[in-house]
Amino acid sequence: MPELTYREALNQAIDEEMARDDRVFLIGEEVALYNGAYKVSRGLYDKYGEKRVIDTPITEGGFTGIGIGAAMAGLRPIVEWMTFNFSIQALDQVINNAAKMRYMSGGQFKLPIVFRGPNGPAEYLASQHSQALAAFYAHTPGLLVIAPATPYDAKGLLKSAIRNDNPVIMMEAELLYNTKGDVPKEEYLVPIGKADIKRSGTDVTLITFGKVLHLATDAAEQLQTEGISAEVLDLRSLRPLDEEAIIASVAKTGRCVVIDESCPVASVGSYVAWLVSNKCFDILDAQVELVASIDVPMPYNHRLELAVQPSAEKIITAVKKVLYIN
Amino acid sequence: MAENIPMLALSPTMEEGVIVKWIKQEGDTVAQGDVLCEVETDKATMDYESPVEGTLLQITATEGQSVAIGDTIAVIGEPGEQVETPKRPQLQNVSVDEEKLQEPVAEPILPETSVHPLLTDKPRSSPLARKLAELHGLDITDIKGTGPNGRVVEADVKQASKLTPVAIAPVSRPGDEVIEITPKRKLIAKTLAGSKFTSPHYYLKVNVIADNLIETRKKLNADSDHKISINAFLIKFVAEVMQRHPVINSSWQDDRIIQHGTIDIALAVSQPDGLIAPVVRQCQSKSLTRIDTELKALVEKTKAGSLTSADYANSTFTISNLGSFGIDEFTAIINPPNSAILAVGKMSKQTVVGNDDKIQIHNCMTLTLSCDHRIIDGTIGAKFLTDIKDMIEGSV
Amino acid sequence: MKAETKDIAQYDKDLLSDLLRQMLLIRRFEEKTAQMYGLRKIGGFCHIYIGQEAVCSGAIATVNLAKDYVITAYRDHGHALAVGMDPKIVMAELYGKITGCCRGKGGSMHLFDAAKHFYGGHGIVGSHIPLATGMAVKIKYNNEDGVVLCFFGDGAIHQGAFHEALNMAGLWKLPIVYICENNQYGMGTDFRRASAVNELSKLAASYNMPGARVDGMDVLAVYQSVTDAVKQARERSKPSLLEIRTYRYLGHSMSDPAAYRTKEEVAKYKSQDPIIILRDMMASAGMFTEDEYAVMDRDCKSIVAEALDFAEQSQQPEIATLYEDVLAESEE
Repeated sequence: MPELTYREALNQAIDEEMARDDRVFLIGEEVALYNGAYKVSRGLYDKYGEKRVIDTPITEGGFTGIGIGAAMAGLRPIVEWMTFNFSIQALDQVINNAAKMRYMSGGQFKLPIVFRGPNGPAEYLASQHSQALAAFYAHTPGLLVIAPATPYDAKGLLKSAIRNDNPVIMMEAELLYNTKGDVPKEEYLVPIGKADIKRSGTDVTLITFGKVLHLATDAAEQLQTEGISAEVLDLRSLRPLDEEAIIASVAKTGRCVVIDESCPVASVGSYVAWLVSNKCFDILDAQVELVASIDVPMPYNHRLELAVQPSAEKIITAVKKVLYIN
Repeated sequence: MAENIPMLALSPTMEEGVIVKWIKQEGDTVAQGDVLCEVETDKATMDYESPVEGTLLQITATEGQSVAIGDTIAVIGEPGEQVETPKRPQLQNVSVDEEKLQEPVAEPILPETSVHPLLTDKPRSSPLARKLAELHGLDITDIKGTGPNGRVVEADVKQASKLTPVAIAPVSRPGDEVIEITPKRKLIAKTLAGSKFTSPHYYLKVNVIADNLIETRKKLNADSDHKISINAFLIKFVAEVMQRHPVINSSWQDDRIIQHGTIDIALAVSQPDGLIAPVVRQCQSKSLTRIDTELKALVEKTKAGSLTSADYANSTFTISNLGSFGIDEFTAIINPPNSAILAVGKMSKQTVVGNDDKIQIHNCMTLTLSCDHRIIDGTIGAKFLTDIKDMIEGSV
Repeated sequence: MKAETKDIAQYDKDLLSDLLRQMLLIRRFEEKTAQMYGLRKIGGFCHIYIGQEAVCSGAIATVNLAKDYVITAYRDHGHALAVGMDPKIVMAELYGKITGCCRGKGGSMHLFDAAKHFYGGHGIVGSHIPLATGMAVKIKYNNEDGVVLCFFGDGAIHQGAFHEALNMAGLWKLPIVYICENNQYGMGTDFRRASAVNELSKLAASYNMPGARVDGMDVLAVYQSVTDAVKQARERSKPSLLEIRTYRYLGHSMSDPAAYRTKEEVAKYKSQDPIIILRDMMASAGMFTEDEYAVMDRDCKSIVAEALDFAEQSQQPEIATLYEDVLAESEE
């Protein structure tokens, strides 16, 4: 199986779906001539031309709304946000329009549109450019939200998202774009709404998504050397959540640590922690722990920004807490 | 097509409006938006603008009149048009509130709350329930849960303990000494609290004339080196009477009653670190002497601290005698898994009114039987106790 | 731009009659809507279109909804009727009934008819202007022959969404006509107190598109100017911005007593009522009689009465329907 970067996997997904369906097009800042701010769209402008790979002015609200209008009228846009920090400019369009149009019209419209870009902190970017915004979107009924952590999942989920008739928010990460993984040559899809056990274990369930999945698997490896068997459940989809998979895993282990790089208040992680304590109340051996970012805006200084975010050490500490190991 | 003009809600909270003044008069031509009249709402005086155009054919609500929303205040139509006696406009035959009442109350569809199939075979109790059960010395597994899927919750433990919420921690005082609880004390606490809080106790009391018992004992002991104790007599009597009342010799187990095949009677013995009740087994088939011999051996072992669980576990009935401590009478807590306990007070001379109405003096003692009402009904307990009384008084 | 009585002869009588009937139907519909709101049959925010009928009637009469699109803001009852939606299902939607066009999930501000290319009914000021622009992108993307009519109010024109969208429409030469229905008050604020320019159509110059002010109390002026703008969009894929100056007779919404306007001002506009003006022009040209008008009015009233009856008789939505239409079930 060929090894691809996360970036190449995304590029393949967009390329394949554009070849498959003429209605699919890519729109956003610097996606065409510049080949994408993070080079996800490399080569697509040359291949498909300016009609289907569209550079926009710096106007997130405007081009996001244009994408939504085009989707209402029957096209299948992929809207690239240079980062999710800028998507806040377009939040009105997504929340008030994309998420509501079908419901408010009594089911008259489909909105086949994907909004994608890097989410969450990278390095040395300070607070405006280092936000993990999953909760903003996962909070909103009418949207689907996905956050793949591996090249395989990124490609399969993006293809599913492009083929889906609903607005899909896809959260990538700058620090994931260069990570590598096996991606099959043959066509495949990863279904939206299905979690994946990235590592099997029996003592504790680590539930996570996106970039910090890799911290969770690192923590699990280290715990193994101490004889602790951690299961790592990658949610992959945040809306809808795969409740079955969450319950099945916690039913097996009886202990749960949720890892979410967002701030802790009203986050996807805190919702999952509630879900586990609600659905698995009788079989939990300990309180559910949440490893999140510290509840402050992101500082610029590297030492400080690392201290804010989840780490393998923080995950291990939380695991020991739920296992009553001092 | 004449049209009835209804009172409208001119403020969000208004229920009715008072016509302050008619601006248009009957016969006037009105355009949509013309002010017909002024209406005083619950908030202010508002202009009522005509919703339609035409000729004001009739005013049906006079100045000063209070009109409910929906009721007709005027009729507008073509000039010369015949006006029928105005009624409420057709569309609000049903007033707003009535319509609300008539709406079917829909069952809200709530998200699935039942327990996931993967989780159903696990033992269930809430952390608070477990904590509370521990506090009251209850075994959580003995408590029936009423929560989702049989989860034992706080209310179940409270019910089981017949206690209000949480034991109040004593306020600490200068000079307080903290005494660590020994395992034995913990067991006593748990066992007796469990008994008192789960078995519904009731108490029966009789005064017994013991002259014959004293006489019999004196005779027997005079003839032998073996001095038989009063307790041995009591055990023997209980064992005899119990054969006539086997219900007493029972245990409550979940939702069943186990009626025991042997009569194994325990005698409560105090020790410096707590109470223990060694058991004389198979009393139904043992002689008084044999019972006394075994009892003495058990008491010796108790004093030596060498009792094993085989010596004190699994009794079917218990006697507690505080007579030698000078207690007239008392009520005892049933010793699980027994269904009753006999509390024996001191023997003393008392005045008794005889059958001949004369005052007599006898050696008397008071027996108190504590019964678990789940097993023993009052009349059965009463017969059992009076049979013991008869046997003691007859002493044969 | 103002049509003169002498010009009326150049119009087909059927067209004039249709415009008059359309405006009258909207007027009668809105009169009843306001009344039913007062009777608490209709709740929430309810924005009445009375006074502005010429704008949507004149504009929408110029397009072919088999290929063209109409989208507007929350004062949308008139547009819904002008695209040909059945007054029954519009009224039922105002009542929140299951028979309403949006099954009782949209209400007054969110009327839709996808089949008639009426794409809403939008409640967030200015937010639908990019959507309209996206529809024009679709038309161009597919090399279709359609145009988009995008209506919005004078309050929306200062939103970023307006400027972002018009910039791209000008940049990409999209087939769209932006119609600012300037009813002169953004809620309670006179538009002159909110705008750096009094001629809103001047904003078009920033986005390299033509702009014009049109008399919105004159349905023929509206019809003529939108016809020209649509032709330009359809044939040359060139967007434009029209400021159609109009007036609403009632408050911003049903909870607004409109105390910020003088009675004289309201009376002035009522004296140029678009329905009366067209009726009188047609009568003077000998194209229409009082009797014909009476029949037309009776027809409109009875259509509205039927709509009310239908809404009244319709069922409330079942609670279970609240879970429906959150997401499309099918996947490509």
